[in-house]
Amino acid sequence: MSVRVGHTAEKASFPILAHDILQDDQTRRNVRHATDVIRNKRALRVEEMPDWQDLRTAGHAIKTHTLLHLPHYLEMFERNCVAAGGQVHWARDADEANAIAIRLINAAAKQQANAHPEVIKVKSETAGTHVPLRPEVIKVKTMTSDEIGMNAALEKNNITPWETDLADMIVQMGHDEPSHIVVPALHKNRHQVRELFLENMKLTELGTEAEDLTQAARHYLRKKFLEVGIGVSGANFAIAETGGVVVVESEGNGRMCVTMPKTLITLVGIEKVIPKFDDLEVFLQLLPRSATGERMNPYNSIWTGTTANDGPAEFHVILLDNGRTRMMANVRERETLNCIRCGACLNACPVYRETGGHAYGSIYSGPIGAILSPQLNGMKHSRSLPYASSLCGACYEVCPVKINIPETLIHLRGKIVAADQNSITGKFSQESMGMKMAAHLFEHPRQYEAAQRMARTGQGIFEKDGKLVNLPGMAGGWTQFRDLRALPEQTFREWWKKNRANGQKGGDA
Amino acid sequence: MRIHLFIACYNDTLFPRTGMAVVNLLERLGHDVVFPMAQTCCGQMHYNTGYHQEAMPLVKRLIDEFRDAETIVVPSASCVAMMRDHYELMAHNANDLRMMEDVKEFLPRVFEFSELITDKLGLTDVGAYFPHKVTYHPSCHSLRLLHVGDRPIRLLQGVEGLDYTPMEGADQCCGFGGTFAVKNAEVSSAMLADKIGCVRKTSAEFVAALDNSCLMQIDGGLHRESNGKGAEGRIRPVHLAEILNSTREKPLTAESLAWEGATA
Repeated sequence: MSVRVGHTAEKASFPILAHDILQDDQTRRNVRHATDVIRNKRALRVEEMPDWQDLRTAGHAIKTHTLLHLPHYLEMFERNCVAAGGQVHWARDADEANAIAIRLINAAAKQQANAHPEVIKVKSETAGTHVPLRPEVIKVKTMTSDEIGMNAALEKNNITPWETDLADMIVQMGHDEPSHIVVPALHKNRHQVRELFLENMKLTELGTEAEDLTQAARHYLRKKFLEVGIGVSGANFAIAETGGVVVVESEGNGRMCVTMPKTLITLVGIEKVIPKFDDLEVFLQLLPRSATGERMNPYNSIWTGTTANDGPAEFHVILLDNGRTRMMANVRERETLNCIRCGACLNACPVYRETGGHAYGSIYSGPIGAILSPQLNGMKHSRSLPYASSLCGACYEVCPVKINIPETLIHLRGKIVAADQNSITGKFSQESMGMKMAAHLFEHPRQYEAAQRMARTGQGIFEKDGKLVNLPGMAGGWTQFRDLRALPEQTFREWWKKNRANGQKGGDA
Repeated sequence: MRIHLFIACYNDTLFPRTGMAVVNLLERLGHDVVFPMAQTCCGQMHYNTGYHQEAMPLVKRLIDEFRDAETIVVPSASCVAMMRDHYELMAHNANDLRMMEDVKEFLPRVFEFSELITDKLGLTDVGAYFPHKVTYHPSCHSLRLLHVGDRPIRLLQGVEGLDYTPMEGADQCCGFGGTFAVKNAEVSSAMLADKIGCVRKTSAEFVAALDNSCLMQIDGGLHRESNGKGAEGRIRPVHLAEILNSTREKPLTAESLAWEGATA
């Protein structure tokens, strides 16, 4: 098994990555601006819904039911997709999914080249030399393909992927990584995007307005849509009852990508299946309002199998596990798979709003990334992420499918601590020793009171003008950025004993 | 009424004046306060950091310590949130039916400070006097876990002479987050800087809350910012209980909250 989540295996921990980003004022301004805009729009579109809480409950219920009967619904999806003319492939992990995609792309490219030899011939002549068949694919709306590192795998196999979602294209042009689940290039502003377009589209001039940039992108991408015969897409939902697949988007580039190519390959995480077409009633209300603050997405594409002389002649679905099945056993972990990737928790999160997505070292960032990334890869990587939260609860409040993210963060912290207790370094770490000492004191009130007195006496060496400075160890993290009052002359219990305790029972030990 | 006080370990050690204010206020209102001496900690720090095994005995002994209490007041919203959100879950996860029963019997007797005054005692005017401009920071756990709503605001507005001024971005976390404040000290401080900006914008003299932990974070940030400068224009973080305990006869003063010699 080679379960992989982007580049999490090579990334530094959250505090280290966050340190760098906190110095980057431009990125922080971009992130703050973008999250503010989306957050406010979402609030507006949620407030107008009288049944929003009922919708959330329904979304949670549908997802819970589906996940409890996942094999049933996945097989139902497969049957109905195949019956409608699609082909379904099952991938256990990243490598399997990439291998399937590469095999399908190569086969389709060969078939298309045989059908249209003149295309290859023209290409060879323009280049002046013999050009080996180098297949190209247009891609859209597939964060899951970033999860499995598909682009790198394709390039390694001489296949050129072209991202066609505007933001994904910007990320690809900048050899960058997505920093937001819905708005992958959120960390870039208009001027930075313009620079990338000038360079990558080989333009000599380009205006600075948003309209200029979208016109340039449109011109550039139109050519790809017309020329490239193979598409790779993601899916927001896969409908078991009909075998249909759903992509929602704002630009229409997704619609192009799933209708223009002769061959379409759709990569779907197994948790994206929903039982019935009617279930979209709930999700198509929850998703757009949560994700972009729109009442409805401008483009909702639903396609089922293939149709003669209309759209792709060949349609493949790759159903991806990549660590998901492992999350099914525990109810708290399973709930994470409710996620419909709306990104509302990112925009609401005060931590994300300071750091943006790159600090998480995973394509899944923000609160949902902090629980999804470590779970997908079996708690091997992204272990600092469950701690990248103040547990303020803003994420849970906005989650359209009611994932209790704070509770899950605490659950994962528990798993990390439990695992650490089994290693020498973990068991005797400063934190572990401190926590065990504190627990011991809390269990023995007399010793706890003695410790309070000792701390008061011992603080002298750190005390300066009524405050404590340069505290050692973990407490140093506090005094590095904030002041801390010296301990008061008496604790509450000492005051109580002196002033009120007459006749009351004393402390036991 | 006989009211048992769970002070919370950090209030006991770092903010005794809040506990004293709760005791004095409740006595002024004609109630008896009981402080079980063997009480220590609700287990929140251990539980939220992932030390679930270590938190368990703390939870059990706390429930034990308050077995005879009819009404329990806790001047720390996050501790109450720990009890309401996690105690039952801990019992469930441990498959401990006895503990489950204990928790179910314990929770209805627990009141966060502002809940006690408004819901249990039915008061919004406690006869307090505090002629100052005050803003309020709804700590995340009081806001999103306990849903205390406008209870603390109503209590502030019931104080004679008090000029309540709302805070922009009130629902934004101050960045404390327990061990988050030291594990991710830099991000925590960046969040704090935003919060302090909102606090300063109100031009209030005091910022009140139901959690001294969040106030310690805001206090620490404000003090670091104003280093070297005098106390003039400094905003004082203060627990709501201390404002409600302030009367014409014994008013709470800014000086008593100063860093130097701010002790009981």
